Amino acid sequence: MDFYLGLLQIMGVHTLLGLSAYVVLQTGQVSLAQAGFMAIGAYIAAMLTVLSGWPLIAALIAGALVAGLTACLVGFPALRVHGLMLVVATIAFTEIVRLFFFNFDYQIARGSLRVGPLGGEGFRQIRYFPENGWTTLHVAIFIGTVVALVMAALWWMDRSRAGAVLRAVGEDEIAAQSCGINLTAVKVSAMTAGGAIAGLAGGLYAHYTTHIEQSNFTILLATFAIAYPILGGLSSVFGTVAAVIFIQGFLVEGLRFLGDWRNLLFGALIVLVMNIRPSGLLDARTMATLRRLFSRKEH
Amino acid sequence: MLELSKLSKHFGGVRAVNDVGLKIEPGQIFGLIGPNGSGKSTTVNLITGLLGVTHGSIKLAGEEITNLPTHVRLETGIARTFQNIRLFGQLTVWQNLWVAENARAQRERSSFLSRWLGGERGARARITRALEFSGLADKADELAANLAFGEQRRLELARALAAEPKLLLLDEPAAGMNPEEIGALDDRIRQIRDSGITVLLIEHHMELIMAIADRIAVLNFGQKIAEGTPAEVQAHPAVREAYLGAAD
Repeated sequence: MDFYLGLLQIMGVHTLLGLSAYVVLQTGQVSLAQAGFMAIGAYIAAMLTVLSGWPLIAALIAGALVAGLTACLVGFPALRVHGLMLVVATIAFTEIVRLFFFNFDYQIARGSLRVGPLGGEGFRQIRYFPENGWTTLHVAIFIGTVVALVMAALWWMDRSRAGAVLRAVGEDEIAAQSCGINLTAVKVSAMTAGGAIAGLAGGLYAHYTTHIEQSNFTILLATFAIAYPILGGLSSVFGTVAAVIFIQGFLVEGLRFLGDWRNLLFGALIVLVMNIRPSGLLDARTMATLRRLFSRKEH
Repeated sequence: MLELSKLSKHFGGVRAVNDVGLKIEPGQIFGLIGPNGSGKSTTVNLITGLLGVTHGSIKLAGEEITNLPTHVRLETGIARTFQNIRLFGQLTVWQNLWVAENARAQRERSSFLSRWLGGERGARARITRALEFSGLADKADELAANLAFGEQRRLELARALAAEPKLLLLDEPAAGMNPEEIGALDDRIRQIRDSGITVLLIEHHMELIMAIADRIAVLNFGQKIAEGTPAEVQAHPAVREAYLGAAD
């Protein structure tokens, strides 16, 4: 049972990470900075609960805010670069953050223990959940609730004018400007929102694993972050969830019995899926069909 | 309505638009014609702010707008269509208009929440009207990319109208249309003018422009070589030379 609850926790955090990239991708920006934002959220939230004794939710919100603020600052220079150049620039950002935490020591004495981040050793003993008597089930439910809230907010945004504006910018910046859209405001807002969601994912991740270190937040993680929404299709938040279930649930865990061959099949299956469904698992057409099916049932 | 004075755009040594002066009266259909590469599209891009001017000034209804960023110009009242259609293909027809209608909401300073999240009732009515005007009312939920070519052109026009502009710039709206569609376009442009919107029409299709323009300016090599009523322009020797070549 604990195995499946653990898997749910992983999938929850990865869904948030994927959604953080989903928002940014809608404006046509491919950002590999999401792993960096997640690292910031993870370290800030963990330091607040462990070192300052903050309650969890306040610490998670603070982590998300700091990550969002950082993303806002990254968003401005990111406006000037497009496509591959943006990819390279955001990879650099994720690496800067990772190397920062590789060198970052801030420990205080707590009884006989010293707690806090310690460079390459990482940040151990983030024991908020066990100390407060949360079981794996509680944690899984908590993460599930956060994911559901973020998904609901983004689903709502998708259907609002704001969602249409984000997509309009992603499709054609010149036409968007000519339709009265302020590109700077839209792209920076998307980056900020994405950063905050990634920061939230980081805070949750730090607390359920109890141990984080710089090597958790590499470019590979950033690649996963953009792979989920791209593989899932950018027309709906459910695509991202479907891709997380496919990759984390099926490819990573479901194929474990294959041993070392798993990794080979992993890559091959992603390529296969992208060939069969080039615009994502749940593309615009599938979503339209689903919507029609459901609306017919209502009448 | 629109006043260009000594408007110039130089790309390095190329004078794409050079010292062009125009004055478009409110309620006019003003035609802008010229051979390929004469600077028509550059002029449109200067008026909408996609390109910065080298020197000169642009005034809309007496207000200086030369240095306003593109997205603010729709708020001040300038909407446009593109020569090569630029729709948001993965948005529905409705959403395409919804995005542009925001500029009007901004102009009237409606509240943040109703603008971004709600289906503001006024916006809904305006978008429906623009769709009906363009004959797209039954396609509201279709993705823009799935429309036929003629419908896409109509959608672009509807999108430009959704923000209720004072001045509408049409960049070759008849390109690729059949005679029947051009006839419908002719009617539509007149209706737009009659509803009080000033139209700047850039067109290669001479029959259309001579039929509906109140006044026409002719560009060649970035300079204005003639201006007047359709009849005057047609009779102008410099225009004949630009289009047919000098009799040398």
